[in-house]
Amino acid sequence: MRVLVKGAGVAGLTAAFELAARGAAVTVVETRHSLGDNASWMAGGMLAPWCERESAEQPVLDLGRDAAGWWDAVLPGQVTRAGTLVVATPRDVGELDRFASRTSGYRRVDEDEIALLEPDLAGRFRRGLFFPGEAHLDPRRAMAALQDKLAERGVEFRFGVDARHMAGFEREIDCTGMAAGDDELRGVRGEMLILHAPDISLSRPVRLLHPRFPLYLAPRANHHFMAGATMIESLSAGPITARSMMELLNAAYSVHPAFGEAAIVETGVGVRPAFPDNLPRVESQGRTVAINGLYRHGFLLAPAMARQAADLVFDSDKPAEHADETHCQRRSA
Amino acid sequence: MLDVYGTKLPSRLLLGTAQYPSPAILADAVKASCASVVTVSLRREMAGGRGGEKFWSLIQSLRLRVLPNTAGCHSVKEAVTTAKMAREVFGTNWIKLEVIGNHDTLQPDVFGLVEAARILREDGFAVFPYTTDDLVVAERLLAAGCQVLMPWCAPIGSALGPVNVTALRSMRGHFPEVPLIVDAGLGRPSHAARVMELGFDAVLLNTAVAKAADPVGMARAFGKAVDAGREAYRSGLLEPRDVAVPSTPTIGRAVFQ
Repeated sequence: MRVLVKGAGVAGLTAAFELAARGAAVTVVETRHSLGDNASWMAGGMLAPWCERESAEQPVLDLGRDAAGWWDAVLPGQVTRAGTLVVATPRDVGELDRFASRTSGYRRVDEDEIALLEPDLAGRFRRGLFFPGEAHLDPRRAMAALQDKLAERGVEFRFGVDARHMAGFEREIDCTGMAAGDDELRGVRGEMLILHAPDISLSRPVRLLHPRFPLYLAPRANHHFMAGATMIESLSAGPITARSMMELLNAAYSVHPAFGEAAIVETGVGVRPAFPDNLPRVESQGRTVAINGLYRHGFLLAPAMARQAADLVFDSDKPAEHADETHCQRRSA
Repeated sequence: MLDVYGTKLPSRLLLGTAQYPSPAILADAVKASCASVVTVSLRREMAGGRGGEKFWSLIQSLRLRVLPNTAGCHSVKEAVTTAKMAREVFGTNWIKLEVIGNHDTLQPDVFGLVEAARILREDGFAVFPYTTDDLVVAERLLAAGCQVLMPWCAPIGSALGPVNVTALRSMRGHFPEVPLIVDAGLGRPSHAARVMELGFDAVLLNTAVAKAADPVGMARAFGKAVDAGREAYRSGLLEPRDVAVPSTPTIGRAVFQ
């Protein structure tokens, strides 16, 4: 079966993998000229379904639970399974209890345990939550590695090409995010920074709770850190605002003052495609299966969505269970 | 019915629209609460161009009166500019005026507030000032032309509930005719009922609903609490006594002890 995957973000790449693994002849077409410059490229790369449950509904945990396993199996060496550390400044320590009351899969850690987990944070936080089952990856390296892997398996990539010029495919998978133009989709703007802080090492993503400016710092190679991310109801992909940057930097500085000496290597803005319930959908219409609405959970939920899409393509009789479930839940609520 | 700037509001609950898990849950929560007004904050990123029109159309689909706010403004100029922008974007002259004096506590800068209120009233805005429970500031705001006051009962998002009931009582006592809406600091439905029992005209809240484990259920609970508090106030509350008074009449006893 010849399948065209439109869009080379995390949804498109994972869908291409699942389809190729089941024997489809897959072509990935992307209007941009390379992998970058989409929402996935700006992602944090945290595979943190338990933490996300704080603000997300149950399907995010159910669908995201196996994400680390999927990425680890497909791209050995790309995933770091070191959990997530959640901390708060003494003044906001009440936020930890609130976070704990909304989540599961953590254990409470004290100052000594925080120092064991992250020696650079020794003496900085008295209490925290540790989510041992979580993991993280570097989205850009993972996407590049996945592209290589797909190419090895005979998946053809066409960059800088409009999908309308592609013909001769039995099925299409639409993974174009905001560009899909779905009426129900909205954009949620996210701003991020990449900091280079040679004095600091972190082994795992650290989340700083704050009533207004929550922050995560996701470690990347060579003392680089992604600091993110704002959540603004807007389609605008214009440059990061001074206010957002100050908020992110302030929060990073309160995690560790050495971030004051960091070099700001990059600022980025992405627009997350989201449905009104902030849950992803896999929908089949005619020859096309659409994956969309991954919101802030691209790397976390793309594997499950890719499997559902492949199920639909290869066994059209079987409905995509989870997608249907989430729909029904919302409609009956 | 509560009358603010010539508009009658069918419900005494005003609900904020920030921090919900999703717009779908926000919409369900607003419906469950029976709120008559929703507040929206204007981010500059939303104004102009293709900003946040999807979110805005969702708010519009609720078919309620919209009260834009100037959240996050720290100066008179910023607040006035944001108010004017909000008037364009949301098509209403209503504005919840916030001039924040402290970045951390979000305490209102009452000096800037009075000045901004005067400017905006002169410009035809229906100003809903977010203020403290200070009576002199309240008088200045009324002198600036405000016809509604929105005192806090505790810092924004603190969920502490009415921390200074005496001040709230005296505010109600001083301004018997002015619509007073308690804004900020409510954490539980019982807090909302409490301030409504004190005779406040309405409450405005956001975080307590948005950040609840089940925002829709909590919105419904707040709606009921506001109704209960209002009805209790109108029905005349029993004042506390120092001695026990039996509720069952002691019929058939020869001698009262």
